[in-house]
Amino acid sequence: MSQDIQIKKGLDIKLIGEAEKVTENAKSCSVYTLKPEDFHSIVPKLSIKIGAKLKAGDAVFYNKANEEMKFSSPVSGEVVDIIRGEKRKILAVKIQADKDQEYVDFAVKDPKALKADEIKSLLLASGCWSFIKQRPYDVIANPAKTPKAIFVSGYASAPLAADYDYVLAGKEKELQAALAALSKLTSGEVHVSIGKSSNSPFSGLNNIVLHKVSGPHPSGNVGTQINKIDPINKGEVVWTINPQDLVIIGELLLTGKFNAERIIALAGSSVATPKYYKTIIGASISSLVEGKLKGNNNRIISGNVLTGRTKSLKGSFGFYDTMITVIPEGNDYEMFGWNLPVFNKISTSRALTFSWLFPNKKFDLNTNTNGEHRAFVVTGNYEEVFPLDIYPMQLLKACKYEDLDEMEQLGMYEVAPEDFALTEFVCVSKQPHQEIIRKGLDLMLKEIG
Amino acid sequence: MGLKENLHNIKEKNKDKKWLPAFSALHTFLYTPNETTHSGSHVRAADDLKRTMTMVVLALIPCLIFGMFNTGFQHFKAFGTPVEFLSMDAFWFGFLKILPLIIVSYVVGLGVEVLFAVIKNHEVEEGYFVTGMLVPLIVPVDIPLWMLAVAVIFGVVIGKEVFGGTGMNILNPALVIRAFLFFAYPTWMSGDKVWVGGAAERAQEIADGANLDAISGETILGSLAQGKEVLYSVSDMFFGYIPGSVGETSTFLILLAGIFLVVTKIGSWRIMLSSIIGAIVMGLIFNGVVNAGWITEGSKFYSLMSTEFWHHLLIGGFAFGVVFMATDPVTASQTNKGKWIYGFLIGFISILIRVFNPAYPEGVMLAILLMNVFAPTIDHYVVQGNVKRRLKRLKVKTA
Repeated sequence: MSQDIQIKKGLDIKLIGEAEKVTENAKSCSVYTLKPEDFHSIVPKLSIKIGAKLKAGDAVFYNKANEEMKFSSPVSGEVVDIIRGEKRKILAVKIQADKDQEYVDFAVKDPKALKADEIKSLLLASGCWSFIKQRPYDVIANPAKTPKAIFVSGYASAPLAADYDYVLAGKEKELQAALAALSKLTSGEVHVSIGKSSNSPFSGLNNIVLHKVSGPHPSGNVGTQINKIDPINKGEVVWTINPQDLVIIGELLLTGKFNAERIIALAGSSVATPKYYKTIIGASISSLVEGKLKGNNNRIISGNVLTGRTKSLKGSFGFYDTMITVIPEGNDYEMFGWNLPVFNKISTSRALTFSWLFPNKKFDLNTNTNGEHRAFVVTGNYEEVFPLDIYPMQLLKACKYEDLDEMEQLGMYEVAPEDFALTEFVCVSKQPHQEIIRKGLDLMLKEIG
Repeated sequence: MGLKENLHNIKEKNKDKKWLPAFSALHTFLYTPNETTHSGSHVRAADDLKRTMTMVVLALIPCLIFGMFNTGFQHFKAFGTPVEFLSMDAFWFGFLKILPLIIVSYVVGLGVEVLFAVIKNHEVEEGYFVTGMLVPLIVPVDIPLWMLAVAVIFGVVIGKEVFGGTGMNILNPALVIRAFLFFAYPTWMSGDKVWVGGAAERAQEIADGANLDAISGETILGSLAQGKEVLYSVSDMFFGYIPGSVGETSTFLILLAGIFLVVTKIGSWRIMLSSIIGAIVMGLIFNGVVNAGWITEGSKFYSLMSTEFWHHLLIGGFAFGVVFMATDPVTASQTNKGKWIYGFLIGFISILIRVFNPAYPEGVMLAILLMNVFAPTIDHYVVQGNVKRRLKRLKVKTA
């Protein structure tokens, strides 16, 4: 029952600095970092102390609410630092990598022979569970609940995003193993979406329902696909997982090793030669970007420009991310920027903004907000870039005044902050949409659970 | 480059000062701020509220300039010394009449805005950009300045600030200002003495015993409401060589402005189109009643009812109201479906009021204010449709 998805509402933000399809090894990195903030809503409890020797796959901390759920070291080495914040909250665990990597042996498994419970406990123990997220709430999946379906988006439509067809090439075996295992964890189907004209390694696999997606961003967002394929109703849970994380799970099943390696794109207009790099989760930002940037007034983003996090050179690569984007900071004034004609920025209006005349032009956007924060005024422009069957402004307002009933009625269970990245981009009032949705989801999680 | 750095330094040094919003209003007028994104999307589209509002002001400028010519033209015509429409005499007379209105509107209105911004410690918001330009265009040219000032204060405070400022108001502030004038000072807002510059003064002189001819200049709606003959051709109505509020007369320029707002995606084409449809439907109904012979020439409604339906689009403030006021995104319906209903009812009710209430021949103001009040209700039912669809989906699943 394959079902193709065609999106009309949306916006492709075309930027300068797309990664060339060449993969290099990233510079060697000595210290890897695991940050609990990457795992939203999890309260971590440390399993180790400073000085502990770890293998790749050994637990670093676990979920206070569910001790089975481990978060593993991506490399083998020694714990050199545990950084804490207010109230001794754990901010980061730093691990000095060994020269020769050793792996915990989780034993080779045949996914077809495993039972659902065995798969679950393997994923929980190896740290791979953290790759599985759930909706509602966009948090790490609750292993006690069975999802009605699992969604994988094999199509990246975000600005400058790493091309999945390229980074997943040759990983068919791993993907198949992971999908075979995951398909036993749901009462429904595993839905995988790929680009309409893509040459995706997913296309020949079993145990999945394949969907072909076309249209502008956010057609590649898993939230859009869920909404079009099988929207979430109250009381239902779906899981989502990124394709590159499927490869890690697949490798765990096939080799018994937790190999946190992935190919990432280094892109953006401030990158001298944008291309792909092979690295490991938790690697330092400096190992990936040092010496590769233009100018020194840049913003380094782990993730894409719409949903990523700001990082400094001292920071580390995000757990779920598949790319680093570097764009110029926009911390300068612009004379009469609010009324002169604009040719070098993207706009969905035509208010003396002329990006609509050049649909294929690639832009060099910076981080300026292009205006100040205001109350919601303009109506109708969010809907143009928001393909979900949800009223975006009404939902945002419900989140702001914290009306749980209304949030539920308007479709809060179906959304994640990333679904509101484009409405945030076009917002004339410069409201922080993703933050509002995240707070709303957290409130619901706390009050309703 | 000194100015940019100097302004930046003033801003940085006075971060905690009470008066900073007043300074920022000027600063951001000159320069878009150096603010960068902190959360969520790292890049943002080019549009901000200032740009959006400026587009509406831009669209109003032709109406304003035309209004200046027309004010002079109507004055000299009524006083028996007609001049060419596009003459310096006409323009200069209108310019000197209208400039004070603009100054009072902006100085008083922005004064109130800045005061509230300072007290409540937020930035000065751009809403009054548009309101301040609308106000001089929707009042009779001879309105005393103190009345305008009082009305502006009332409109901004009661119409907007008490609700929390731009984006929070229920009624269109410009229309609140006009409605205030209309009900507080009706003799200055209707009748045949206010639409021509100088007519009211002349009336006063006559009352004081001067031996002069009275000047009267009735709007077309006023004439129709009293069953008088209309002395203007359809082309006069369309191009706007008629008496009326300063900016409302030229349907032609308003039409161009409407097209500009739709093309720039600033104004809602749904509201404009559905308002016109609503007005046409109501006009056709009235024409039908007349044709069916249900109403006789003796009726006081006869002349307005028998006005050809499409003339309604050209006369009075209908076009201006629909293009510039009904489309105010804050007070209009916010859902696309709601906009159709909202617009249709504005058009429909405008003509209804126009015909049945000769005391208030300008129906569009009241129709928009009424629909402003009902817009949240319309949206509620539209959004409930979405909510019900979601509930139904759940029921199908569980059944």
